Amino acid sequence: MKLDFFFQLLMSGLTRGSIYALIALGYTMVYGIVKLINFAHGEIYMIGAFTALIVSGVLSMYGMNPVFIFLIAITAAIIYSAAYGVTLEKIAYAPLRKAPRLSALISAIGMSMFLQNYVLLAQTSDFLPFPELLPEFGFLDPVKFIISTNQFLILVTTTVVMVLLTFFIKFSRTGKAMRATSQDRDMAQLVGININKVISITFVIGSALAAIGGVLISSHIGQINFYIGFIAGIKAFVAAVLGGIGSIPGAVLGSFVLGITESFGTGYISSDYEDAFAFVILIVILIFKPSGLLGRKVSEKV
Amino acid sequence: MFNLKELRKSFLTSLWFMFLTFPIMVIKVNTITDTVEWRWRNLAFVGVSAFILSFVWRWALDRRAKGGKAKKDGIGFKATVLAKTNQYKLPGLIGIGLLVAILPFFASMYTTSVLTTALMYVILGLGLNVVVGLGGLLHLGYAAFYAVGAYTYALLHYHFGISFWVALPLGALFSAVLGLLIGFPVLRLRGDYLAIVTLAFGEITRLVLENWNDFSFGPSGIANIARPGIAGIKMKLPQATIFIYFIAIAMVILTIFLVNRLENSRVGRAWEAMREDEIASQAMGIDLTKTKLLAFSIGAVWAGFVGVLFAAKTTFINPASFTVWESIVVLCVVVIGGMGSIPGVVVGALVFTLLPELLRSVSEYRMLVFGITLVIMMIFRPGGLIQKTRKSYKFKKEGDGE
Repeated sequence: MKLDFFFQLLMSGLTRGSIYALIALGYTMVYGIVKLINFAHGEIYMIGAFTALIVSGVLSMYGMNPVFIFLIAITAAIIYSAAYGVTLEKIAYAPLRKAPRLSALISAIGMSMFLQNYVLLAQTSDFLPFPELLPEFGFLDPVKFIISTNQFLILVTTTVVMVLLTFFIKFSRTGKAMRATSQDRDMAQLVGININKVISITFVIGSALAAIGGVLISSHIGQINFYIGFIAGIKAFVAAVLGGIGSIPGAVLGSFVLGITESFGTGYISSDYEDAFAFVILIVILIFKPSGLLGRKVSEKV
Repeated sequence: MFNLKELRKSFLTSLWFMFLTFPIMVIKVNTITDTVEWRWRNLAFVGVSAFILSFVWRWALDRRAKGGKAKKDGIGFKATVLAKTNQYKLPGLIGIGLLVAILPFFASMYTTSVLTTALMYVILGLGLNVVVGLGGLLHLGYAAFYAVGAYTYALLHYHFGISFWVALPLGALFSAVLGLLIGFPVLRLRGDYLAIVTLAFGEITRLVLENWNDFSFGPSGIANIARPGIAGIKMKLPQATIFIYFIAIAMVILTIFLVNRLENSRVGRAWEAMREDEIASQAMGIDLTKTKLLAFSIGAVWAGFVGVLFAAKTTFINPASFTVWESIVVLCVVVIGGMGSIPGVVVGALVFTLLPELLRSVSEYRMLVFGITLVIMMIFRPGGLIQKTRKSYKFKKEGDGE
């Protein structure tokens, strides 16, 4: 029985970690390329979840197959989140590329407020129930008490997405351009990389990942409101910093460390301090490794 | 300007925004009753406004690109100049002083209370300005210090019946100590790492206050905190409101005086050197550890003062008043007003607290407008309302009296 509890916590930690990872990747990729904390990233995730909810709400009225609805909804969420991400960059960040970092941060905070209230006003401030679209997987029955269908789906999707992303960044032309840009923007421009395109693509990928995370976790938890983006965004940002911001494997590692710590913390210590565990582990790790777990140590030129 | 190319651009922008806002603005699903509401009017509204705004946007960006720094006709520039001319300083100050002194006797209690809040933000802004504007340390957990001040008074009053005047220095002291405690572990961190860790400290403080019921009475907070009195006189609510207003005024004056002195002191110059370049300042013999810790704890002192005042003003506090947003609002006050500039921060705080009050009739859209204003401000006037001019020293020739 005790072992079951342990495994339950482990699974829930891994699930949390996966979702954090999907969001944190957006943070870390954007940070790597434009050196900006995209504070509105959580809002993009929220908009993804809302789009999926709206689309599936409309489609289910026509009595479609739930699995189809789910697929269409998640596609719509990805498209819309990506569109919002790119627009966000064009409006709020592109004009500030040469401005001090703090200006861009405040602009991002402003955008975050704007998007939250935009959804609040256009939709509602209440929690909306997220439709249950996916059937229970039969083959999970024997281990049902440890891992639910949704959790399984989250883990599988995240793994697949991570593998694809790794291949994309490592081997594709665009991926190489992205890495070059994050190393040295001016130099990348000199060798013929279109920086604006690279930045747009980064926002598209980051936002799409956040949308996937948003839809998956919403269908796992079962309800959403306009505020879900903020706390998820902060946690994911903590995860990205934990792993060393700007580093992609770092974000994934940081997310899992964070997810598992939170899960075991709430399970074995106290559920009151659920949110505090994330922050405590962040502080502890940064005290000993100021640039995160896998972050590069930046030596400063004088 | 209204040639075909521009029209086409705006048309495409308008189409893009119609596509973008379609699901969220147009469709409203009720998943419980399974009904869908289609709001096509919103779509038309988005289309038309995006079409017009895209013209304005491109015109503004164009102007910014052309104008560069030589823009001398803007209101902001005039304000910056005005703030520096000595000619109007004395009469201006006297005028403002008189207005401020008689205002509460004519204005309603509500107005006085709102003004007191505005003054509290002035002090908070000036305090954070020490950390962010002078020291260049991006601090996102300022609300924690504010909370420490408020809880110091509330708890000491609850348990020992301590008066406001005793709590005031104590709140500041505890706040400064917390500033030191937070300062130590983050000494090695820079920039964004520092920002997130201070945010983490702020949130931990709030979570502890929320969950440690035996100590802080949890989310239900502490009520019946005494308003400040003087010489044992019992004041009714209207008098007390005015009295608190004057305490706030006195504190603002004291803060401005002290911050002004600090800025030109040895420590102030060390902060500015540290902000510009940590390594270079270290090479010039500045003790970074000491300087940073001083910035954190001196910044915290003001938050502690305001916290005590806040508890005394509202007579009720709970952890919900000290969220990340509170820290962010204070940061916005500093940045919008003009980092490092004292008149800037004062104006920023007043604008930030009074404007929402004026917009109360459209209060639903308040935060929406607020958010977009931040973005526009940062793009078109990144230095804040009243920009700080960099300090420059001139060598004076002998006998060249100035």
